[in-house]
Amino acid sequence: MKHRLAALTLLCPVVLAHAEDSKVYEHVFANGLKLLVKEDHRSPVVVSQVWYKVGSSYEPGGITGISHMLEHMMFKGTEKYPAGEFSRIIAENGGNENAFTGQDYTAYFQTLEKSRLEISFKLESDRMRNLNLKADELKKELEVVTEERRMRTDDQPRAKVHEQFMAAAFTNSPYQNPVIGWPSDIANYQIEDLQAWYQKWYAPNNATLVVVGDVDAKQVEKLAEQYFAPLQPSTIKPVKPQAESEQRGVRRITVKAPAKLPYLMMGYKVPVLNSAKPEWEAYALEVLAGVLDGGDSARLPSRLVRGKQIAVSAGAGYDLTSRLPELFLLEGTPADGKTVFDLEYALLDEVYQLKNELIDKDELQRIKAQVLASSVYQKDSNFYQAMQLGTLETVGLGWQRADEYVAKINQVTAEQVREVARKYLIEDTLTVAYLDPQPITEAAKPKKLTGVHHAF
Amino acid sequence: MRFNLIGLLLLAFSQLAWPAAKIEHWQTAQGSRVYYVRTAGLPMADVRVVFDAGSARDDSQFGVAALTSALLDSGAGDWSADDIAQRFESVGAQYSAGVSEDMAWLSVRTLTEQALFDKALATFETVLSRPAFREDDFQREKARTLAGLKHREESPGELASIAFGKALYGEHPYAHPETGIVQTVAGFTADDLKAFYQKYYVAANAIVVIVGDVSREQAERTANQLLGKLPVGSKPAEIPPVTMPSQTTTQHIEFPSSQTHVLVGLPGTYRKDPDYFALYVGNHILGGGSMVSRLFEEVREKRGLAYGAYSVFAPLYRQGPFMMSLQTRNDQTEQALGVLRKTFAEFLEKGPTDKELTAAKQNITGGFAMRFDTNSKLSDYVAMIGFYQQPLDYLDTFQSKVEAVTVEQIKDAFKRRVKPELLQTVTVGQKS
Repeated sequence: MKHRLAALTLLCPVVLAHAEDSKVYEHVFANGLKLLVKEDHRSPVVVSQVWYKVGSSYEPGGITGISHMLEHMMFKGTEKYPAGEFSRIIAENGGNENAFTGQDYTAYFQTLEKSRLEISFKLESDRMRNLNLKADELKKELEVVTEERRMRTDDQPRAKVHEQFMAAAFTNSPYQNPVIGWPSDIANYQIEDLQAWYQKWYAPNNATLVVVGDVDAKQVEKLAEQYFAPLQPSTIKPVKPQAESEQRGVRRITVKAPAKLPYLMMGYKVPVLNSAKPEWEAYALEVLAGVLDGGDSARLPSRLVRGKQIAVSAGAGYDLTSRLPELFLLEGTPADGKTVFDLEYALLDEVYQLKNELIDKDELQRIKAQVLASSVYQKDSNFYQAMQLGTLETVGLGWQRADEYVAKINQVTAEQVREVARKYLIEDTLTVAYLDPQPITEAAKPKKLTGVHHAF
Repeated sequence: MRFNLIGLLLLAFSQLAWPAAKIEHWQTAQGSRVYYVRTAGLPMADVRVVFDAGSARDDSQFGVAALTSALLDSGAGDWSADDIAQRFESVGAQYSAGVSEDMAWLSVRTLTEQALFDKALATFETVLSRPAFREDDFQREKARTLAGLKHREESPGELASIAFGKALYGEHPYAHPETGIVQTVAGFTADDLKAFYQKYYVAANAIVVIVGDVSREQAERTANQLLGKLPVGSKPAEIPPVTMPSQTTTQHIEFPSSQTHVLVGLPGTYRKDPDYFALYVGNHILGGGSMVSRLFEEVREKRGLAYGAYSVFAPLYRQGPFMMSLQTRNDQTEQALGVLRKTFAEFLEKGPTDKELTAAKQNITGGFAMRFDTNSKLSDYVAMIGFYQQPLDYLDTFQSKVEAVTVEQIKDAFKRRVKPELLQTVTVGQKS
């Protein structure tokens, strides 16, 4: 099967011709708001997203999670549109809406039939500067966020492990804090905290407006001009660097929780596109993640899950678009009869091999083929395309990086992959977390209260 | 994320129409139905084969459909699991397979460049028509499934949905979880899977869905190639009718979590249900419209009792579940359950207001184009239409059917179909 590469070479011009046909249109208004428009005329729909350069990595101690709390409060009304109106108006226009908060961004979105884009602009421009933050609304919404935390983290053993793992891995970097915030911080938000956070970060010169869909870029600009251009900019003070202090030696933690299966997480300190010098290191790490976990043919599924049968699942993770240096993650669940230590040893052995042997041509080809194909598949979704532009712009990389990605991955060599493995996958910057399952005390037996009970 | 339907395992497919997609339909020589939509603009295609071989076909071997599906790409023809994965991934193709209550499906997403498409298809065809069910592959995947079943027991939400299925369906094939239970899966042999495969993975029991940038002629060739090597076989007997629960029940499962998961419901609606549109639009108002619904308003917005509060009808071949759900701090369970029951009782008694109905219709029809604005979503719809033999103009008529629903029809349909004296309630969490 050595003719695969030939087929791929034939394919490249065809696919890339498709990949390059939709241009991104950029316009920066006088007040600093950046507009990005990508026309995609396949369906009569449009997605509109507003991205703010603020997220959990901007938060000082004592108010962790406040970006996420503010995201919830952004639906609680303005003078013009009181609480509930925002969602009601979007709904009656057939729209879907939501918002999400990450370490490096807070974003709000609507998907609408193409003729209704104006509704989004009208409402988003209003809440960018005129949010009505009320103490009684905060009181209720704080309960909602607390329930959200219980559901996402407190009652999920693996999410708890991840939270503790990040807190152990980072000593100064704000990535040590969970996006949803620590429980005591959530419990003590005051309305003044929210007002100050809103004043500090929500302004046109700290935002990117991304529109993708069946629209005309020039007309979108006119519409954005009408609604967003009149907004006053703020003085945005850059966030402190909070550079991570050097780690010199492996860190290990154990988390006990009621659970049925053990679980392992490992992470090495690595650079990202924002920090990698030279830049190719970030792309080489991306390929390295692909070698381990890029599909079912990658090393972790084929060697650890199927070959040695040490794990029932195993994965690797790396996000080269993080704003700050990140972790290169390895995680997995040991197979029955194996322990987290067996799995850790097997994962370290995979790391050892990456440092000592070049990956083979076929592996590299498969990763590049998948990256190329994915770049086409991703265009199936307006939402995903907008998400990519918004993320790159908000973390400070610039949306243009989206167009370079496939080519940059294609330039990565087997030697470069070995080089970043040698340089970064080292024990001195490793953090390991083990989930130690505790008995689920009450055996989950239904208690019959009324009526009939069927036993399996 | 302001709101996310975490734990909503049963996606209720519903609607479409703008100049709705043109679905072409024909039968292969062996009698398999093919559904094809040409979409231009991207050099990609989604190909899916669906069998009437979901977990409802498990009989007493709960989980056998799911494990059969999981084994297909673990070895086929002369190829190992590694060979198969490498063949797909070397051309950037994405293979997946799975089961629901009614369906077993295999799908591949591929680029349409000829050499790549051909290799992806040849691999897909082998996985579909020549799975090996080798003993070592079987033992490994069985062990992984058993680990998955154990893992499920860490989750109060999962435990709640398993108990809920049992409460609604009793002895019906929809009662058990799709992945099975430890007691049944532990006893499977590779021969059990082979027998299941031979019985159900036959041309007479298959439909093919093709969506993407391929010509009609290529679509015909693709369907013939995929199914050509399968025996014709026969369609299985109809899934038996659902018997409604005889009385309302409430059960609590003690679990050391900080929240209690609450599920309330009964067997609801089915795909060809004459009441479907009245129930669907009514439920949109009750709890289906994600951030604008009575349940969301009463439970979350007014009282802050839960992050998620919603209701859903999941239509299947027979009555799929109607489910109202929330999760709340343990000590608030009674209060939240009270709000849920009161909200539901008021809706049942008075139905929606004219204003609510108008708003719901505007939301559903105004957002219609977004329901199938990607090849992925369109494939899901076309598979639903094909599998359940809905009219081919289902998408074109959807909006007018929504528009035609009246307040009276909603009240009447809910009164007849969602009887409070038959509601099943399951709670999982800490009582004290």
